[in-house]
Amino acid sequence: MRNASLAVRRGEVIALLGPSGSGKSTFLTAVGLINPPTSGQILIGGVLVLDGPSSLVNVRSFRRQHIGFIFQKSNLIPFLSARENVQVALELNGASPRYARRRAAELLEELGVGDRAENRPSMLSGGQQQRVAVARALANDPSVILADEPTAALDSQRGRQVMELFRAVAHEHGAGVIVVTHDHRTLEVFDTIYEMEDGAITKAGNSKEAT
Amino acid sequence: MNLAAKDIQHNLGRFALTIVGIGMLLMTVMGMAGIYRGLIEDATLLVERIGAELWVVQRDTRGPFAEVSRVPKALVYRVLSVPGVASAREFVFNTIQREHNGRPLRMAILGLSWPLDKGEWLPLMAGRPLAQNHYEMVADKTLGLRLDERIKLGKETYRIVGITDGMVSTNGEGMAFLSVWDSQAVQFDNSGEAIRLERAARGRRSATDDMFLSQPLLTEQLARPTADLPAVATPELSAVVVRVSSGADPAAVAATISAWPDISVFAKAGEEELLVQGMVDKARRQLGMFRALLTVIAAIIMALILYTLTLDKLHSIALLKLIGAPNRTILLMILQQAIFLGGLGYGVAYLVGQKLFPHFPRRVVVTNEDLLQLAIIVLGISVLSSFLGIWRAMRVQPNEALMG
Repeated sequence: MRNASLAVRRGEVIALLGPSGSGKSTFLTAVGLINPPTSGQILIGGVLVLDGPSSLVNVRSFRRQHIGFIFQKSNLIPFLSARENVQVALELNGASPRYARRRAAELLEELGVGDRAENRPSMLSGGQQQRVAVARALANDPSVILADEPTAALDSQRGRQVMELFRAVAHEHGAGVIVVTHDHRTLEVFDTIYEMEDGAITKAGNSKEAT
Repeated sequence: MNLAAKDIQHNLGRFALTIVGIGMLLMTVMGMAGIYRGLIEDATLLVERIGAELWVVQRDTRGPFAEVSRVPKALVYRVLSVPGVASAREFVFNTIQREHNGRPLRMAILGLSWPLDKGEWLPLMAGRPLAQNHYEMVADKTLGLRLDERIKLGKETYRIVGITDGMVSTNGEGMAFLSVWDSQAVQFDNSGEAIRLERAARGRRSATDDMFLSQPLLTEQLARPTADLPAVATPELSAVVVRVSSGADPAAVAATISAWPDISVFAKAGEEELLVQGMVDKARRQLGMFRALLTVIAAIIMALILYTLTLDKLHSIALLKLIGAPNRTILLMILQQAIFLGGLGYGVAYLVGQKLFPHFPRRVVVTNEDLLQLAIIVLGISVLSSFLGIWRAMRVQPNEALMG
């Protein structure tokens, strides 16, 4: 990556477009503190988290508290129920089991999958799994949610529902959302759209300006 | 939330089968220790039950259980004459194998010194001790003989009047108890032809023997039964068992008797030690090595199972790391599963062993000490076997969750 700089505010939903190999996912994993960049800085919630390859915080703990992830595939833990998948994120962050259980149920209810809370991921449709993943990403009220092609495995209607869901949760939960996507059908839900090419962010604008 | 328990719940069938497998393996390890204990118990059982303080045996032999020991009948009276001896009894012991009801029957025969000893000390589960000095037998249940059943041994038929429980010889054969006379009749049973040949051989030997040359009238006695001729008869007892009078010093009595040049004397503890060291030691070492090997095999199998279970969870582990799970959460999950597998495997081993061990042909004695020792070993191998899985889990990177 080079010249890859962007800022996302709380409540803002931005898209990162670009062809395969342009560096979108690499950018996302760098922001997610998974693959640190060789140079540059990452600030989250005003805190300088990474300065080049050196982390200035406990990465795993910071990730747990401030970053939510949503992937192309829902990436739920197969041996946990929908509720437990959300609950585990809360408990890992220090929440009591009782609170975590209640809060997980609330989040699933809020995202429209409350009736499937006790089902394992294999019993859920792709859209339902993605909603559970969103609930898990929101569990610890993160500063930023990173979504890597979250609608790739969904049909257009469900893809649109998920994108609108991001917008809703960004506003309601006050999280900044960065979505890497190929899906041009849903661009109107984003506040800002960035395009990447050869590791650089080349363009920024709204949905009308994006090609 | 206990992730280990959730994973086990999700893969219940697989875990259950693994636990049964490990349980069977641990049961074998448990059984090995039990068989060893059983060997020791069997080896010392008779010496314990008879309760004799001194064993007088053929000179330079190690007693009737370790090797052939022959002492003359008259030794009983010589021993009785020693100050401090309260009682001296004949002890006849030998193992035979005969055909009974179309199947081979191997038994260790112990002669009871009638009328002093009728077998009152035997642990009877049915019937009674001997009530007459001929043609009655008390048999251990492992011989499969029934009360009132008749069995032909040698030229006589004996009736089973009592059944004992747990009376086996050092080699694990069920024991049969007859009077000394009957046991000798069984032991020295010869065919008529063999007796005639022996008498003829005596005659030939007497032609060159100084005793018969100097006392020719003795040759007239040679046609009499062997038992009537102490000079030519084989000594018929295996040993003489001695009880010391209260207040007498067993060591002093033993010292007096052992001064005789034709016999050796062992105290009870010495006889037990001879049995354990001489007869069981190799078996003990063999079982010990087998047990160690099985323990290592159990540990390797557990390690492989846990490693495989961890490999199946790598994506979930990467995901957990991605959402911020600390290493200790992952480590605990694998460790708990290992201890769970080991613990339940141990439980299965114990429960199945309790049901199965009594049906083993030889005694399996599982002591609390052995159970505790195995529990500690299982805990140790559970922890050790989880290391491979933990090592693999620690190498998982969070970004692996992003891959397919």
